[in-house]
Amino acid sequence: MGEVKLIATPASFPCARIEWALRIKGVEYEYLKEDLANKSALLLQSNPVHKKVPVFLHNDEPIAESLVILEYIDETWKENPLLPLDPYQRAQARFWAKFIDEKCVLGIWGATVAQGEEKAKARDGALESLAFLEKEIEGKKYFGGEKIGYLDIVAGWMSHWLSVLEEVGEMELLTAERFPSLHEWSHNFIQTSPVKDCIPPRESVVQYFSFGVNYVRSLAASTKS
Amino acid sequence: MKSEVKLLGAWPSPFVTRVRIALNMKSVEYEFLEERLESKSQLLLQSNPIYQKIPVLIHRDKPLSESLIIVQYVDDVWSSHSPILPSDPYDRAIARFWAAYIDEKWYPTMRSIRGAEGIEEKKRLIEEVKKGLGLLEEVFKNSSKGKGFYGGDQLGMLDIALGGFLGWLRVTEIANGVKLLDQGNTPELVKWAQRFCEHDAVKHVMPDTGKLIEFAKTLKR
Repeated sequence: MGEVKLIATPASFPCARIEWALRIKGVEYEYLKEDLANKSALLLQSNPVHKKVPVFLHNDEPIAESLVILEYIDETWKENPLLPLDPYQRAQARFWAKFIDEKCVLGIWGATVAQGEEKAKARDGALESLAFLEKEIEGKKYFGGEKIGYLDIVAGWMSHWLSVLEEVGEMELLTAERFPSLHEWSHNFIQTSPVKDCIPPRESVVQYFSFGVNYVRSLAASTKS
Repeated sequence: MKSEVKLLGAWPSPFVTRVRIALNMKSVEYEFLEERLESKSQLLLQSNPIYQKIPVLIHRDKPLSESLIIVQYVDDVWSSHSPILPSDPYDRAIARFWAAYIDEKWYPTMRSIRGAEGIEEKKRLIEEVKKGLGLLEEVFKNSSKGKGFYGGDQLGMLDIALGGFLGWLRVTEIANGVKLLDQGNTPELVKWAQRFCEHDAVKHVMPDTGKLIEFAKTLKR
C-alpha cells in the first residue's frame, strides 16, 4: 500500500514506537538511519520545523511527531487496531499518551539531569507521575487490554530506556516494590513480539543518554555565573 | 439532554473557548459550570485529579480533560455533521502536527512574553511568535484551499486550536504595543481572524478583549 520509509536513529525511543507500530501492522518499511550530528537534506526538508527524528514518509509525504505518526499509521492500515474503537477509551488513551510524554518523559529526564538539591525534588515529581500510571495499568496485562495497543507503544520506553536513565542519573524509580503492576507490565512488554526483536542494544542507549546528560549539565554549568 | 453534557470551565480560558466552539459547531446542548480560579470545585478536583485544570467535559458522568483531546472526542461522538478533523488520514496528520506545534511551541512562547525580563528578551519572544504565525499563515494557505478557514468552508481543528487564542493574542498586542498578526507578515490570517470571530459558533464564546485586559491585571505575574 505505497512506499513507506522511516528516518530514524536506533537509540531513540520515539523512533522505536514507530517501528513497533509498523511491525504490529505487518507494514514493510525502509529504515533510513540518520546521523543527528550531520543531518541529512531529506530530514531537514521533511521536518523543517523541528529537524528531529522520527520522520515517517508514505509515498514521499512526510509526517513528524511520533504520536501524530502513530495515529496516521493506525488510520491508514486497519489490521490490528492500535487505538481503542470506543470514542471515550480512545480519548483516554490520548490523554495518557500526552501525560506520558509531558510528565513522565520530561519529569524523568529532568530527574536524570538534575544534581544536588534539585535532584530530590525532580525525583519526587517523577515518582508521582509513575504512581498515576501504576493505577492505570493495575489489573491489566497491557494498557491496551489483552494485546499491545497505542498506549503500550507510547509507554514502551519505560521497559528499556528508563533503566538506562536510572543508571545514568544514579537513581531508582521503577521498582517492583514501589510499582508492582507497572514493573510487571514493563517485563511483559519487552518480551512480547514485535518489541523483543526490535530494541536497541543497551550500550547504545547508555551512550546516547550519557552524551545528552553531560551536554545538558555542561550547558547549565556554563550559564551559572 | 442538557444535563448529559457538562463543561467545567472559565470564560477567560482559551482552552475552554476551544471546547465551547466545538460543542457549538455540533449543536450540543450543555451545562456550563463556571469555575472560580481562586477556589477549585470538588467536581473539578474529582474529575481531573492529575492536572486539576479546566476545561473538563463530563459526558454521561465520564470526565475528560485536555482541550484538543476533548475536541476530538466531541468530533467522534457527534459525528453526523460539521466534521472538525478532515477525513483524509494525511490531512488529519497535518492538522494534528500543527495543533501540537501551537500548544507545545507557539502558545508557550506567546505566554512567556508577559513575564519576560528586559526589553531585549521581550523583543526576541515577540519575533518568535511572529515567525510562528508566519508558518501558520503558510499552513492556512495550503489547508484552506482558497476557502475561508483551515477546515475549508467549515471550521476545522486548526481553526479551533489557533482561534481559541485570538482574545489573548489581542491582549498581548495591546500590552506590548505590537502587531502580531499584520498585513505585511500574515495577510491571510488577518482576514481569517475576523471571519473566525464572526462565526456563529465563536462569536458568543470568544471573550471580549477589554474584559480580558481587566482580567489580566488581576493575575499574578
